Amino acid sequence: MSDGNQGGVNLKVVGQRPIRPDGVDKVTGRAQFGADFHLPGMLVGRIKRSPHAHARIVSIDTSAAEKLPGVKAIVTSADFDAGAAGEVEAGESHAAMKEVAANCLARGKVLYQGHAVAAVAATQPEIAAEALDLIEVTYEVLPHVIDVEAAMAADAPVLHDDMFTKGVTPKPGKASNVAAKHLMGRGDVAAAFKSADVIVEGRYETAAVHQGYVEPHACVASWGADGQSTIWCSSQGQFLVRAMVAKILNMPLSDIKVTPAEIGGGFGGKTTVYLEPVALALSRKCGRPVKIVMSREEVFLASGPTSGAVMDVRLAATKAGKITGAEMTLRYQAGAFQGSPVNLGMMTAFACYDVEALALTGYDVVSNRPKVAAYRAPGAPMAAFAVESAIDDLAMKLDMDPIDLRLLNAVRDGAKTVYGATVRYSALVETLEAIKASPHYQTPVGKGQARGVAAGRSSSSSAQIVRTMSRLVCSLLPPML
Amino acid sequence: MSRMVVNATVNGEPVEFLVGGGQSLLDALRDELRLTGSKEGCGTGDCGACSVIVDGRLVCACLMLAPEAEGTRIETIEGLADNGHLHPLQHQFLEQAALQCGFCTPGLLMASKALLDRNPDPTETEVRYWLAGNMCRCTGYDKVVRAVMDAAADLRQAEKPR
Repeated sequence: MSDGNQGGVNLKVVGQRPIRPDGVDKVTGRAQFGADFHLPGMLVGRIKRSPHAHARIVSIDTSAAEKLPGVKAIVTSADFDAGAAGEVEAGESHAAMKEVAANCLARGKVLYQGHAVAAVAATQPEIAAEALDLIEVTYEVLPHVIDVEAAMAADAPVLHDDMFTKGVTPKPGKASNVAAKHLMGRGDVAAAFKSADVIVEGRYETAAVHQGYVEPHACVASWGADGQSTIWCSSQGQFLVRAMVAKILNMPLSDIKVTPAEIGGGFGGKTTVYLEPVALALSRKCGRPVKIVMSREEVFLASGPTSGAVMDVRLAATKAGKITGAEMTLRYQAGAFQGSPVNLGMMTAFACYDVEALALTGYDVVSNRPKVAAYRAPGAPMAAFAVESAIDDLAMKLDMDPIDLRLLNAVRDGAKTVYGATVRYSALVETLEAIKASPHYQTPVGKGQARGVAAGRSSSSSAQIVRTMSRLVCSLLPPML
Repeated sequence: MSRMVVNATVNGEPVEFLVGGGQSLLDALRDELRLTGSKEGCGTGDCGACSVIVDGRLVCACLMLAPEAEGTRIETIEGLADNGHLHPLQHQFLEQAALQCGFCTPGLLMASKALLDRNPDPTETEVRYWLAGNMCRCTGYDKVVRAVMDAAADLRQAEKPR
């Protein structure tokens, strides 16, 4: 389309529209995705999953399944390294290996419906399915909890006996589903509310949402007699797969080679492992390559969505619209194991606004749901949704234009964020002014139509880098049918 | 486990393969014939990633039993290019960058081919309705629709008597 002539300069790369290098393979069906590999002697792996949301595993009897002709290997968490510990850098967060291992194959208890308890490798899919039925798991069913606030209640069924809320002093004497309490703040919030002309408050809830990649998780693992192993998988990070599998199976890192296949979408959800250590454990047991592919149902039951959240926001402002103080409580579902991105939500919440007094409290809460995974600016959208909704309420209460209210409070270059970083390049004022001047904002709103504006800055810390981005959404909704 | 023999024509070639009674056409294509271009995204006929053409009709291969393929003529993504020459649809998908991860692409291409086979001059609305059964999570549908419209024009141009 373009000849690369940009302002009189002929550019070889900028302005060009090259055909994507992976394009031909992808339009001809030749591209190899996770489930497309085939190796000689390869077996089919299948996973036995819990029908209960919360139960103690009394026993797992695999004897009948082992006798079925065609079954070559069966594994449970006993085949993983019981001492797997430490943390692995996983995309935008850290992952505790003990918990990643227990998510791949349950140890002691199942913590959500669909939690993996055992796996088989067999010569045919039908045999693998029959073998799963022959594995006898005896459960002691326990009361379960899936609502984030119910999980925080003092009398809630507790998922982990050894989980004591972090960030609370003195250390609590009783185990809790609240994995951690985080605090961020500055200034005198009480004084801001005392002297406020206007106060708005609201409660905002979001549901757990799955990343919804069209390609289910898939991998092929092949263990060699000398211990050297290869994994082909659909993953957003082959090195983290290698690191995690090495820890879970207690293998030297140098014995594992991971080749990422073409990936049929990930959106953050493929930054951990579910199948890879299980497939390699099966392969190690029988010496043959093992392929495991999740069904769509398994993807939704047992791979991580983003956190659902329940949030309370209070804003204090002057009559002119200057926000002088804000309070926010964020309760994020972590799923069955700790590690929701609530702290990233707290960083996002008021990142767009220059508010002198802030008090944010975040809770990382486990419940009987699949463990959450990263999802496009982990933790950020829900916090931004809550704060932006409150800002709109304030604009309505003050009868102010929502963009003018945001402009009045917009964060500018040089401001300090609540988490200590300095805003180097905000661009929010320029963005707001551009939208205000645009036909998208000036077109009259028709009957039955509505127009909304929302701003957001997502920050994620990876090693020593803090990245921030300003985004603004302006949408005109069609009349509701 | 008794398996049955199926004779069919796949991408113009006669093939004979063994299938289980409960096996889907998709599993037979992928596991028996190793034609892994057709994808399984859902297994329930919702995502369209397994779209193939059977006797001129667009089907979700995950919903058709493999034994039902006996005597049929099946077209899959692997047969869309002609002896290494890309089909106009493939050309336009590349040209318009109508793909990203590429997982839904074989299904979208086969569904688009089924449309153009029966309607060489579809309106944009017809394209959008026809492709409503093919889900894409990365690219969005705009570029796909434009690619199909342009491929249709390319095909009509090629058909014109000179």
